[in-house]
Amino acid sequence: MRGDGVSLSYPVASDHQLARLLQIGMVLEEVVEARAHKHHETLDEEELGDEIVSLLGEAAEESAEHRRRLEELVDELDADPVAYGEIEKLVAARYESDTDFDGVLYDQLCNEETAYKFYDDLITAIEGSDVRFTVGRERLLSVLRAIREEEAEGVEEVTELMEDET
Amino acid sequence: MNTQDQYLKSIYLIQQQENGPASTGAVADRLEVSPASANEMIGKLESDGLADHEKYEGVSLTDEGILRASEALQTYCIIERFLHSVLEVEEFRAEARQLESVIDETVAERLDTIIDRRERCPDCFDAETDACELLDVAESEPAD
Repeated sequence: MRGDGVSLSYPVASDHQLARLLQIGMVLEEVVEARAHKHHETLDEEELGDEIVSLLGEAAEESAEHRRRLEELVDELDADPVAYGEIEKLVAARYESDTDFDGVLYDQLCNEETAYKFYDDLITAIEGSDVRFTVGRERLLSVLRAIREEEAEGVEEVTELMEDET
Repeated sequence: MNTQDQYLKSIYLIQQQENGPASTGAVADRLEVSPASANEMIGKLESDGLADHEKYEGVSLTDEGILRASEALQTYCIIERFLHSVLEVEEFRAEARQLESVIDETVAERLDTIIDRRERCPDCFDAETDACELLDVAESEPAD
């Protein structure tokens, strides 16, 4: 349902919509995790250096943890099932054909910034909604805010590393 | 996608359908807002150099407006295609419309890395069916 006024920013209107957005978050995390693993696999550790190797490892772990937290929320909502096994394969298969993001650190920065933006917009859309979700609003927002905070820290960490590299 | 981009995209698609300027009423109908709201945003687009508005004729996008609208349409295509092909959502058009204001173009760019979008996107977007003509829409249409 569209609202009054010029604005076309709409709050999250149902459990179903919320679940879909959380599923999109899970896929984004899957992309981050897969790319971090692939960067590590395809590039020489010596070439990457200790700091980048550990950054990639932490990024993959953090994404897996975020995905787990999102999945817990999705499981409590009225959501269509999604074949994550298939998505994992798709993400892995697509990685090599992608040439849009050059450089491991730059790619990692895009990952963190994109994830931050996603959670920030999602939190705003939930805050603007007066729908009663099956998942408690406070818990939902606190999980998403915690994830957003970790993404912000990630952006900072990669930026610092990029500055050190130059 | 922000509000301005959603308006630009709608005007672009109406212009394509009409093969001429888009009336304020048609823009309002497509976006399900009041004509007064549509008018207000069209005024803003005009002052930003993205559209020209001729009284009694309607609104046409400038070259810059067309460029922005085309980018917004690509973002929308990514969302539709992602819902259709990755999450296998049957009602992908309706859901894309519901979600487009929450999905930023940078997020769409990431989703784009795992979908199979053609180079001629967004020219393959069909304003009538509100979907990429290359998607297998027939399967997603509810039976009459």
